[in-house]
Formats: sequence, structure tokens, C-alpha cells
Amino acid sequence: MTFQQPKINTSPHVSDEVRKTTCYMCACRCGINVHMKDGKVAYIEGNRDHPVNQGVLCAKGSAGIMQVNAPSRLRAPLKRVGERGSGEFEEISWDEALQIATDWLAPIRKDDPSKLAFFTGRDQSQSFTSFFAQNFGTPNYAAHGGFCSVNMAAAGIYTMGGAFWEFGQPDWDHTKLFMLFGVAEDHDSNPIKMGIGKIKARGARVIGVNPIRTGYNAVADDWVGITPGTDGLFILSLVHCLMKAGKIDVNYLAQFTNAPCLINGDEKSPEFGLLLRDDDGKELVIDRATGKLTPFDQKGVKPDLTATHRHAGISHRTVMQHMAERYLSDEYAPEAVAERVGISAKRIRILAAEIARVAFDEAFELDQEWTDFRGETHKTMQGRPVSFHSMRGISAHANGFQTCRALHVLQILLGTVEVPGGFRFKPPYPKPATAHPKPHCGVQPDCPLDGPHLGFVQGPDDLALKEDGTPARIDKAFSWENPMSAHGLMHMVISNAYAGDPYKIDTLFMYMANMSWNSSMNTRGVIDMLTDKDENGDYVIPRIIYSDAYSSEMVAYADLILPDTTYLERHDCISLLDRPICEADAAADAIRWPVIEPDRDVRGFQSVLCELGAKLGLPGFTNEDGSQKYADYGDYIVNHQRKPGIGPLAGFRGDGSDTGRGDVNPDQLDRYIENGGFFVEHIPDGANYYKPWNAAYQDWAVGMGLFDSPQPYLFTLYVEPMRRFQLAAEGHGDRQPPDHLRERIKATMDPLPIWYDPAPDNHGDQYPITALTQRPMAMYHSWGSQNAWLRQLHGHNPLYLPTKLMRKNGLSDGDWAKVTSPHGEITVPVLEMAALNENTVWTWNAIGKRKGAWALDENAPEATKGFLLNHLIHELLPPKGDGLRWANSDPITGQAAWFDLKVRIEKAPAPAESQPAMEPIKSPVGKGPKQLAWKVGK
Amino acid sequence: MTTLPTSTDRKLGLVIDLDTCVGCHACVISCKGWNTENYGAPLADTDAYGSDPSGTFLNRVHSYEVQPEQGEAQLIHFPKSCLHCEDAPCVTVCPTGASYKRVEDGIVLVNESDCIGCGLCAWACPYGAREMDAVEKVMKKCTLCVDRIYNENLPEEDREPACVRTCPAGARHFGDFADPDSNVSKLTAERGGMDLMPEQGTKPVNKYLPPRPKDTLSEGAGDIDILAPYLEPVAQEASGFLGWLDKTLEKF
Repeated sequence: MTFQQPKINTSPHVSDEVRKTTCYMCACRCGINVHMKDGKVAYIEGNRDHPVNQGVLCAKGSAGIMQVNAPSRLRAPLKRVGERGSGEFEEISWDEALQIATDWLAPIRKDDPSKLAFFTGRDQSQSFTSFFAQNFGTPNYAAHGGFCSVNMAAAGIYTMGGAFWEFGQPDWDHTKLFMLFGVAEDHDSNPIKMGIGKIKARGARVIGVNPIRTGYNAVADDWVGITPGTDGLFILSLVHCLMKAGKIDVNYLAQFTNAPCLINGDEKSPEFGLLLRDDDGKELVIDRATGKLTPFDQKGVKPDLTATHRHAGISHRTVMQHMAERYLSDEYAPEAVAERVGISAKRIRILAAEIARVAFDEAFELDQEWTDFRGETHKTMQGRPVSFHSMRGISAHANGFQTCRALHVLQILLGTVEVPGGFRFKPPYPKPATAHPKPHCGVQPDCPLDGPHLGFVQGPDDLALKEDGTPARIDKAFSWENPMSAHGLMHMVISNAYAGDPYKIDTLFMYMANMSWNSSMNTRGVIDMLTDKDENGDYVIPRIIYSDAYSSEMVAYADLILPDTTYLERHDCISLLDRPICEADAAADAIRWPVIEPDRDVRGFQSVLCELGAKLGLPGFTNEDGSQKYADYGDYIVNHQRKPGIGPLAGFRGDGSDTGRGDVNPDQLDRYIENGGFFVEHIPDGANYYKPWNAAYQDWAVGMGLFDSPQPYLFTLYVEPMRRFQLAAEGHGDRQPPDHLRERIKATMDPLPIWYDPAPDNHGDQYPITALTQRPMAMYHSWGSQNAWLRQLHGHNPLYLPTKLMRKNGLSDGDWAKVTSPHGEITVPVLEMAALNENTVWTWNAIGKRKGAWALDENAPEATKGFLLNHLIHELLPPKGDGLRWANSDPITGQAAWFDLKVRIEKAPAPAESQPAMEPIKSPVGKGPKQLAWKVGK
Repeated sequence: MTTLPTSTDRKLGLVIDLDTCVGCHACVISCKGWNTENYGAPLADTDAYGSDPSGTFLNRVHSYEVQPEQGEAQLIHFPKSCLHCEDAPCVTVCPTGASYKRVEDGIVLVNESDCIGCGLCAWACPYGAREMDAVEKVMKKCTLCVDRIYNENLPEEDREPACVRTCPAGARHFGDFADPDSNVSKLTAERGGMDLMPEQGTKPVNKYLPPRPKDTLSEGAGDIDILAPYLEPVAQEASGFLGWLDKTLEKF
């Protein structure tokens, strides 16, 4: 019998309309096409024209439809009616909610604005939220960078004017060796996957340095299963090998870095260790042509790397000489570091040799003329096809800043930064630390703050201290405890506010930060701090306002909830003033716009701040007649000007044809929507490499409004601001650190990269195993668990143990283990993993959920088997017996040292659920439906 | 019993590169999204927010650890969907003719209106590539996005399966294996594309590209001696190093 094949329609109707906006399922900010049917979201795919993702989209992005219909969405403003933590709320109107917030905040502002601590989590509107905080007048503002990757960002900016991810990217088209350090599976999400695919298709090599071989490390050609926290030592050993073999780019170092700059060698001088400068403050070098001292930037100057300037009996030597002295030392020889890093000396040498081979034997030139800041024209662009990428894995240690510095210095020694084949900046970077703002903390009643909160200190004078020398900020950012804390310390806010150290606050106002769960160290302790009362029966932290779109664990701990929209129901701008979406060849920004309207009584948080700011009479939010200045966030995006002609969006300004600088264009959002939700301006050929020194790039950047004048600069292998803090610790200057911090500042603020071991502070001798978390690529923090599709990919999280530890503890897959740290213990299910450093255990981050949260059933595996490592990590180091509160943070930047966690493991009888099992919280939204068959079209 | 065509005009299918797949599940969810909204019944999820969520997926990614005899363990991500076999046992086992292989392009489809949900095809498939939808009670499987690849309502560049269009690492390729000059045929030839479980005799159309050799920059691997000269010291002491720097700078 011949089979009669059915006829099917191979050209069905796809959608009524495609609305193009920006994804917010993670921090990657890809362009998405939202296919609409009958006014509903039918399907989401990547936008092919978008500079970030070029059409591709990850699992999170494609699952956005399940986020927009998630049963965990908050429905209306909530006022707490039971005790904190009970989850007892009543729904109130927006008028009432805004009145409550105004009644709480107005007296604070009138009396002492610093009584408000306003911290935002995974906020993509920091230039706006900081504008609100600055107008309010509190110094207590930051976003989540301090517990994420500030070490990478700050080390990059202090060293070379930018770091990885938002700041720059490998030259995927030319690189031949890509080396990835640490846990980085969602920073940068799609672009890294696209890049790895692209270079692998070309046969280029990928080397992954990570204790865990998953994700990008699983496809790496070579996996280096390093001991956690020792990356800096490994990198400095590579530096040792490369310098010793002369495999460094001498010409690049002489021209574009401070390697030839002279360091004051006068031990008696208050400027000992600082760079010699002329009267205009320009770094001095010795010109090889004349043998004379000269500012580095003069026409025709050929800086000498090895010169010594002798004056008044004192020798002032170059940075390069100091580096040679330090890094050629046998202290950094592979044989000396092998045991500590867990990589054999031979393998370290092989890796160094391969880096050297590719950087120098596979070097190439692009036939592109360019002119540098000294006026010298180069006929070609020298390429060095070695590139690096790293984010939290090496950042989230107490030695993370110096480790990130080491990685940036390695790149610079090889001459691979901003050259073809290497690492390339994305506008508005490169931008040196000196071109960034400094922190401000000038508080006055009823006044805005005297400047931006966050910035880059150049020395003790820039610290955020009160007149009595105590920290001006609640998180102690920019204090002697962590002087260069460029992103603040969100993880210390609740702990410090509770302790009244450095002072008490009145209102804690947070946005998108799940601080009573996965976003805090010491989760149980933080819950207690949020609910504890003083002797009068009042909450120790008197008032808490929280904004979130979803029924997260944090909701129950606030007094007032301002429900946010989902990402498809709102305006946003991914702004050049903030964290834009530029590419190495282009400046770009983007918007979100309401592709659907909310079906609940919720409002975009930024629009709420526009109204709240007006009700509080904040100058930036009111017109002269006292009326509300910005109707909503969309209105702000179009009409706000930071400086004349410069607003949140760079595209379609003026009559629609101006770029970067231009008048307000009332039709700007429509023009973005017509253009697919984004705007791109390409960098001209010849301006797109060597950006910090390339006259054509500098001129283009000025035209775009990125800077007001060209500002070429030298990469700072030697970071002078760090030396200024050391000088203070040695007793120089008026601003002096407290005595208990002097030795630590001297030791850690070394202006050349060093490595130190964070293990002793974490009792590594008694707790010999490092415990890490990673984020699954298909899920991001807690947002994923409410998503019906994504939670089927990662519904619970075993603790992965290496084979050696499984055997040693008599464990088999599915057994349970008790994991103990100096701070606490958890009991969790284990699974063997062979491709893992033999003294490391790990799990997926933030799969574990509190019963009652996220509209999940109380028996959901996330709530019964899932768990957090956060219970093992304290925001303070184990007590040292001196009565002081030592933060579990990098002593330079205050970055949360999540990955310094040291544990012991033993087999445990199987409990009914992962321990600690916390009591359920009452859900403000109920539970999700049993069954989904989601089809919106007919 | 349903008959297979004796031959098909084209052999459309996928090449999946196991050297590049990072295991991100983008293909899984993109497939879920497109096929929930399009061909046939939506892909349902039961107990979606409960203790045992279970949904229909036409494509899943599995991860396997591999321990080579020498060297470090490896992790391989393995995306799996219907392989559109030439000798598809799921078709011949179908009692109603609901499962069939298309003559024009070789795509194996289920005609849902004829499917009685007996599940024989899922038992017959050696790859576990078919899933019974718990709500609709019909058999679901990869359609190779038959409603995309010819769809005149989509821009031409989008006429490829959703999983291929979305794959961030570029590990998935779509084309016609009957054409020796197609991208998929060439990739298969160049990279030693393999059949999955060839001993089953199903003649799968989809091919997998094997991972390239790993960890060649390690002790015991071949590259060490070739690389050693790259670390030949220019000097033993800091002073000798500075002399080398001087000499090198003179060249510029």
C-alpha cells in the first residue's frame, strides 16, 4: 500500500507584529524580537541586527515568555500588617503607597539625608537611581557591583582604563589564543559563546583556567584546574617566565605604558615611591634620543625603559626596573608556585611558552595607518593575537583586586591590549581612573549631595570620611578598611546598619536585591537583623521599603512594597551614561519600551521614583513651580540632560540626525523603536584600535560627547594611588589610617601586583576544601526558578565533589554530606564530578528557594533539596580576638570574597530535606497553576 | 504499519558540533517556545510550579563526563533531538500512519490528528527522541521546524530551525545531506561527522562532529619540546635583563 502523505501548511501565520526591545533575563542586554499575536506575547527570538547578540538568544532569553506570565509577579503595592517576616500584607493603592514613602522620607531629608540607605541590586538604571539618591542628599547609595565583580572593573580602570565585559572584548576576528580565567558563564553571556564558536571554527585555541570544567571550560581545548584563589600567583609566574625569556612587547611598553616612568627613590621623601612629574603634573621619562628628563607626551620622545635619573645623590629608577627586580625573582618561578596553584611547573612553562609563541610568532600587522598622541604616524597596526577574559571567578576573593591587576598587567606586558588580535575596549572606554569622578559624601540637611557617590580615589584625600575620620558611608566604602571601593559594599549595608557601625539609619530602601536570601552572605543572620527589635520593641532597622517585580524571599522583610513591572512592560535605557551595549567598533545604546501593558496594579520602579522625587521636592525632579518634572521614566529618558546636549540616549538627538551631542528630541523613543530598539554609531576605520593613544579615536570620542577634550594617557602598570595609601600608612600626610589597619594597608596596597593567600583568615588549616558556586548558563540568580521552562533544566542543585573527596568520605551519588565552615553548617545531597580540582566542591548558585517564595509549591525541589552556600559564608571574617569587625571583603576594594569559603565535609545520614530547612513564608501572590499549555494564537 | 519512502528528494537535517556546544540549553528553550506556539498541540508542562515539574521538550541537552585513560576528565554536552533517520523504526511501527517520513525532504513528522497516543514509536526509537504530551496525549517530536524552513511569512534568512537560529556558539548547522556541496555535507566530511549509534541500523540523517583532542598543552602531550625554545632566558639576572631591554629598544 502506498502511503498518502498528509498535506501540511508550511507557511503558517507567524505573528501579527514584531516588537523589538531589549532582553532583561540577565545582565547581557541582548536585542529581542517579541512576536505578538492578538496583543499577547507569542514567541521571543534574538534580533539579528542587534550589536550584542546578532540574532542568537540564550535559554533565558527564549524563556522570557514564562517570566512575563509568571504567577510570582506582584500585583499591587503592599503594606505590611503583621510582624516583619510573617508575610502578612494588605494591598494598598499607589496613592497610599507613595504617601507612606513620602511621609517616611521627607523628614529624613530635612533632618539628615544620610539616614536613608538606598541600594539597588541588578539595576540597569544606575545613572538614574544614583541621580535620585544624589538629589535626595544621602551618601548611602550603590548598586550590586561590590558583591559582584568590582575587583575586575576597578583593577581594569586603575590599570588601563577599562576591564572586561561591558568595558571591552577580545578581538574575536583576529585572536588565535583565548584564555579564560574563572567562573564567567554569564558575564558576558551570548557574546562569549558567539566568540568561542567563532574562534573555534577558525581553529584558534581556547584555554580555560578554572577549578571546574563545565560550560566554556568544557569546550576549552585545554583545561587548567587551578586551586581556587591562586590565580594571581599563577599569572605572576607566567609573567616571570615571559619576562625572563624576553617575550614582552618592549616597544609597546616604552610608548604606551608607565613602564618608562621614573619612581621617586628618595626614602626620606613624602613622595617616596610616587612618580616624578613636571609642574603640570605630567609623568616624566628619560628620552633615549637626548638622555634628558621630559614629559612623556612630547613630540618625538622615545621613552627609555632602563634609565636611571640621578639627582641630589638619589637614584630614581623606572617602573620597568622595579618590575624586573620583582618578577624575575625566583619567588615567582614555576617551581616555587606549582604546589600552591595546583599546576605542575612543567605545565606552567608550557602554557607560558604557548602564550609567547602565539603573541610573537603569530604576530601580524593590519595595513592601517594611524597617528598617536605624540604626533607620530604609524604605517601599520601591530597585532598580537592573544586575548583574555575573566569576571567573578578571580574577582570574588580577598586578593581579587591584585589578581585582576596581575591579569591586566600580563596583557599589557604582551602588548595585546587595544591591538588587533588582543583585547579591545568598547566606548565610552578606554577611560582612565583619573577621568572618572571621585566619590562624594558632602551631606547637608534638605540639600542634594555635593556630587556623585561613587568614583575612583587617587589617594587618602579622596576618601569618604567624616571630619572625625570615621566612614561617611553606611557601607564604609572609600574608608581605610577598603579605600578603593569603586562600587560600594552592598553586602555590608544591612550588617552595618544593624550594628550601628559607623552609624544608625532610619530607612533602608532597596530595589531588585534579594538580601534575605541569595544576595546576602549569612542569610539566617541577615534575616535576624531585619527582624530584630531594640529594647523599646522597635525594629533595629526602623523602616524598609523594597521594590521588586516578583514574590522574592525579600518581600516578607519589607514594610512597604512597590511592585515593579516585568521587562516587557516598561521603559528603560541602556545608556552610555551607565552600562551601555557598545562594541569594540561602535558606540551603541538601547531602550526597553512597553511592548505589552501590565495587567496588574504595578508600575516601573523608575517611574515611581520620578513621582516620589517630585513629592519630596527634590530639585532634579521638580519644575520651578514645584510641579513634577518627569511624568515617568520614558519622559526622563527623552528630556533629561546631564550636560547641555547630552542625555541618557545618544542616538537620534535634535531633529533626529544628531548623534552623541544634540538637543532633546521629543520623538527620540519612537525613532529608537523604528530602529529596532537600539542605536549604533560606528567608529571610523583607523580609529578603532590603539584607542587610548590614537588621535583619530580621541577626536571621534569628543565628537560623540564621551569626553570634552582628547585625553590620551599611559597604561599604569604601576598604580600610584595605591602607593599614596601606603605612604599614609607609613605615617606621611594629614589623613592617617587607624593604627590597626596600618600594616594591612602597607602590605596589600602594593602599586605593583602581588599575591597573598586568603586561606589563613578563613581558617584554611582546619577547613582545607574550597567551596564555590557557579551560575547555570540557563538561569540567572533567583529569577529563573519561577520560570516554568527554566526550572525544568535546573530544579535542584547537588553539591559536586571531586572523585578523591567522594572516596575519602565514603560517599556515593545521592548520599548526603554535612558541610561545615568556620561560620555554619549545611547538610546537602552530593554528586561525583571528576573534572574538578581535587580540593574543590561546588554547586549551582541560587537554585535553592525559601518555601513560600516565587509562587512555587512548598514541596518544590528548589525548596526541599535545593540549598544555598550562603549559610556558610559570613559577611565578617572569623573573629581574630581583637574585638573588631573585619569584613569578608577585599581590603582594597571591599569586594565580597564569596569564593574564599573554606569548608570540611563528612558523610551524613539523609535528612528529609536539605539543612538548614527554614520555615515557610506566606506568599503574597498564592501559587502557580498546576498545568501549562501556553499557546496564544488560535 | 506505515511504510517509509524508498528514497527522499532531499535529506534535511542537522550537524551538531560537540567540540563547540557549551551546554547552555538555548536550543532547548528556543525549540520549546517555537513549538509551543506553532506546529500541532502546544508542548505542555505538568506540575509546572510544583514538586515534580514535567514538560514536553523536542530537544534536550545531556552532559556526560568522560575519563580518558590518560589525562584530565572531560565534560561533553550532547544535544539530542530526532535524527530523522532514513530507516526510521518509529515510522514503520506506527499502527495508524500518523508517523511518516516526508518524500520531499526526509523530515519525520507526526500527523497529530491520526495519532492515537499508543506510544509504540517512542518505544521503537533507540534514541529516546519522542515524547508523549501529557496533556494532549499525542506524540511530539522534532519537526525540523517544517513550519519555519519553508515559511514565506518569515524573512528568508530566518527559514531555518529555531534551534539553529538561536544557538549562541554556532554549534548547530542545518542543511541538505543529499547535496555533497551543502554546508552540512562539507562540515561532516571535514570534521569526521558521525552517526549516533550506527549499529542500530537506523541510518540517522543528523550527524555529530566529535570534540577535537583536548589538553595537548600538558605534560605527556606532544607540544612540549617544540615550545621549550620560546622560554629560553635572555638573561639570568635583572641587570642582564635590562641590558637586553636596551638592545631591543635600539631596534625601534
